[in-house]
Amino acid sequence: MIKRKAVVAMSGGVDSSVAAALLVEQGYDVTGIMLKLWRGEAANVDSGCCNVGAASDARRVADTLGIPFYVLNFAERFEQTVIDNFHADYASGRTPNPCVRCNQWIKFDALLERATALGADVLATGHYARVRSDGGRYRLLRGVDHNKDQSYVLWMLDQAKLARALFPVGDMAKSETRRMAAQLGLRTANKPDSQEICFVRNGDLPAYVDEHIPASNRPGPMVSTKGEQVGEHRGIARYTIGQRKGLGISLGMPVFVRSIDAETNTIVVGRREELACGGFAACETSWVDQPLQVGREVLIQYRSHGEVYTGRVESSSPGRVGVVFDRPVEAVARGQSGAFYDVNRPEQLLGGGVISSTVAATTCV
Amino acid sequence: MPFILRAMRYLDYAATTPVLPEVTDAMVGVLRGDFGNPSSVHAYGRAAREIVEDARDRVASAIGASPAEIVFTGGGTEADNLALKGATRKLRGNGNHVITTAFEHHAVLDTVEWLGHNEFETTVLPVGPDGLVDPAAVAAAVRPSTILVSIMAVNNEIGTAQPLARIVRAVKEANPSTLVHSDAVQMLGNLAVNVHELGLDFAAFSAHKFGGPKGVGFLFARSHTPLEALLHGGGHEGGLRSGTLNVPGLAGQGVAAEIAAKEVDDKIERVGAMRTRLWQGIEDSIERVRLNGHPTERVPGTLNVSFEGADGETLLLLFDAAGIACSAGSACQSGAIDPSHVLLAIGVPREIAKGSVRFSLGRDSTDEDVDTVLEVLPGIVERARKVG
Repeated sequence: MIKRKAVVAMSGGVDSSVAAALLVEQGYDVTGIMLKLWRGEAANVDSGCCNVGAASDARRVADTLGIPFYVLNFAERFEQTVIDNFHADYASGRTPNPCVRCNQWIKFDALLERATALGADVLATGHYARVRSDGGRYRLLRGVDHNKDQSYVLWMLDQAKLARALFPVGDMAKSETRRMAAQLGLRTANKPDSQEICFVRNGDLPAYVDEHIPASNRPGPMVSTKGEQVGEHRGIARYTIGQRKGLGISLGMPVFVRSIDAETNTIVVGRREELACGGFAACETSWVDQPLQVGREVLIQYRSHGEVYTGRVESSSPGRVGVVFDRPVEAVARGQSGAFYDVNRPEQLLGGGVISSTVAATTCV
Repeated sequence: MPFILRAMRYLDYAATTPVLPEVTDAMVGVLRGDFGNPSSVHAYGRAAREIVEDARDRVASAIGASPAEIVFTGGGTEADNLALKGATRKLRGNGNHVITTAFEHHAVLDTVEWLGHNEFETTVLPVGPDGLVDPAAVAAAVRPSTILVSIMAVNNEIGTAQPLARIVRAVKEANPSTLVHSDAVQMLGNLAVNVHELGLDFAAFSAHKFGGPKGVGFLFARSHTPLEALLHGGGHEGGLRSGTLNVPGLAGQGVAAEIAAKEVDDKIERVGAMRTRLWQGIEDSIERVRLNGHPTERVPGTLNVSFEGADGETLLLLFDAAGIACSAGSACQSGAIDPSHVLLAIGVPREIAKGSVRFSLGRDSTDEDVDTVLEVLPGIVERARKVG
């Protein structure tokens, strides 16, 4: 019997390590691949993900499992796509999600292509999500462990990609994953999860912005929703929609970042009520099955670790979708992803896109 | 031990070589019998010392030096470091300028860079597109303040052999007190070596490149050349390299050096013929390929080929999957492959450099090795071109 070939994207972390182990157990012909995404040698020694130490962790796991392991140099492509977009988003007042972009342009694009060239049938990652197939059609479901579910960052996977994707740990709780790693003698069993952006050293985003996105680092006016200047900001990249801390102003009541205008280098702050957002439009949309019909009710998640909110589709055109929330929500930021789930089957991802514009609650119909 | 080495074809001699059976025998003999510390006064020490000195004689003989001019080290990198740092420190009073070339091994390049950050002035010379260093260009860079020039004897990635004798002459004519060092790690076993005829002041060698064990090497340091130790301690090797000697390793290195020097002519002919056939076969079956480096001024086994439009990493991985061991570029700390700085230095465009592979044949290479490569190559290149 010919074994199916799987490439596992290994980061050196416990999830991808166990994903590889599971596939070996399931009889796949597994090859581990780690992506070198950083330039140079010493870069990002302190970052949480994907550094030299991580490579040796991953290599050691691969050795233990008896599978070939390679580190592929994707630094240039990563820089030209994910990092470039990161800088451009901040410079234009958006809040990027580089992990989404990495999945979109690197993992399930460049890496998938490479895996195919190497003869792989499937590409597996350590994401907490599940792929199910029903008679040739694929569905993407949330991971069993709701705290760890990562379906939100996988909205860009369509039928073609889902047919080639595997998420072995999606059916497990994180505690089980760690237990399995320990049983297998994997040295990464107790490695803490990485929460930070892999290319931002020490997770110090302000320092990164200082160094790499100087244009978004210029101080400018902080104004109220009425246009009165209430303070100064230290560079738009240091702020995100809904942010309350670190504004450096005292108005006698809580104020939050309501919007960021890169062109005028201005930040608008407002009271909590003024943050209310009624809906948003997303572009670069991708649908697991097919585009959502106007009028359809959906569950909307607009932040990585966010709740879902009910709403409905208001407009739909190729590559674009507009949704409104049943009740206004707070802090929807352009550049973040909007992921949509089925109201009747909340585990099931319908698709998503990149939030391109928001509609304030007060002006929505 | 999870790995099963299937019938693999080894074409990566430039990375390391199989340990010769005679070497293993010599080493096992020492491991089993003569465990004494060569520095000890008593009979155990004497027995071990004799093994070491016998190895020193063999190694000296293999390169045309006198035994007193050999400093044993822990490998080629250490030997390069010892020469570059040890000589420049000693010569600091005469000047502070060091010259090297852009396609040296990192053991030299990085050390020279380090010198540059530590109060030395450095010049890194470009290399010609054929991978050969021009003696006149080196001489032109020499100043009154130049204390050391370092030019590798054979480039490890493309296999080109430098006109060392002419380079040394040109340098000494420009400044008689400038010393010349050569990273000769890829030379012994591939070309005849006579360090005195070449006029070198220092030359670095590494046992695992000529059939010996890993972790052992030596520096040739011509008599009376100024040199300071990197490792201080018990004063071994005339105070130049402290640390109890690796007796079994040195025994192995001695045997390996002797055999390497003896067999070099045969190797040049036999291995050279196989390499020529490999290149011919590649040229005949694949389009848009180029041979990197001068076609004849080279060691017999190394063949560096660029496959235009192909992704280098994919090539290597597919070769690995097909049971063929070869290499490309240089592995960085994480194990990822960066495009070879050597190829970039000789002017190969970056995109083409990325699609390059180094095949290096050696003593035990066979015609079947060449045949196997030629058989799988077209399919592999085609798939790698889809990605690149």
